[in-house]
Amino acid sequence: MIPFRKEQGVGEKDKLKTRNVKMKGMTLIVRKTTQLIAGMIFMYGIYVIIHGHLTPGGGFAGGVIVAGSLILVTLAFGGDFLKLLKEETGTTIVESFATIMVILIATAGFLFGTHIFFNNFLPKGIVGELVSAGVLPLYNIFVGTEVASSIFIIFLSLIIFKEESPQ
Amino acid sequence: MEIAISIITGLMIVGALYAIHAKDLLSSVIACGIVGYSLVICFLLLKAPDLAIVQIVVDTITLIIMVAVVLDSSREESFSKLDIKGYISAVTAIVLVLILLYFFTISLRSLDVLGKSSLRMADYYIEGAAQKTGSANLVTGVVFDFRGYDTMGEAVVLVTAVLGVLTILRLKGKK
Repeated sequence: MIPFRKEQGVGEKDKLKTRNVKMKGMTLIVRKTTQLIAGMIFMYGIYVIIHGHLTPGGGFAGGVIVAGSLILVTLAFGGDFLKLLKEETGTTIVESFATIMVILIATAGFLFGTHIFFNNFLPKGIVGELVSAGVLPLYNIFVGTEVASSIFIIFLSLIIFKEESPQ
Repeated sequence: MEIAISIITGLMIVGALYAIHAKDLLSSVIACGIVGYSLVICFLLLKAPDLAIVQIVVDTITLIIMVAVVLDSSREESFSKLDIKGYISAVTAIVLVLILLYFFTISLRSLDVLGKSSLRMADYYIEGAAQKTGSANLVTGVVFDFRGYDTMGEAVVLVTAVLGVLTILRLKGKK
């Protein structure tokens, strides 16, 4: 019984190796356009996140825009199966870190001034400047990171499921 | 403005009905897109740019993922003929919709005009919110300062959704 099981396992591993698991990319036109545009979309997402306390937008909207640029690159260029798996692991770590940071900043309100959750303990500065509003920009940055990585993880896991499942 | 919103809402209803009855799943996904993008125009007309940005981006990415999924499936929806059970459920649905419409018209009379309601908490939020939170964008001030618990809940909901997706779409430990 045991040798049989071993044999089966080895066979499956070989099949996975030799099946040439590589996600197909798109045509040359799409790839060139993606090279030109994806960076700009990424920078626009960062802009929306950082200026969240001044202009419309904020953590959620900017995070989804950043995730959109990452999804665009993945769809256009494809990728190795193992590279996708590595990317998924890294993105999961980033997402958990960002969520913990949001909760930690909220808990830090207990340490300063009036001891309440979600206390805005940093100096508020002048209304309308980029560095102002106390901890709100920090919340925006971490929520944006969290939203971007969660949407990218959902997309990546769908692709990996398709590549991994037997035809 | 109310006329424009009424027309767009009618378009949304048509799109939703077509999405249910389309034979090709790809066209039904596109019809779902009609609903989402019409909602974006509604948000812009009601002067809510924050919501419009979020809606347009989320809708685009959802459409991309749905189109990719549909192109990979058989794209055909299977229809079956109505039997007695089907007729009974259809009649029940129609009766329920009529009852709901009746109570909806009753409750509509006691509501305020669209966009001119007298909200008690909103006045307190708007009054001097820029000085209280230090943020020029009122929405961010409300979301991260006055209603911080809600935002934390949303972030945790996203994490939970990702955990669910990672658990379902896993082949390694399934055997």
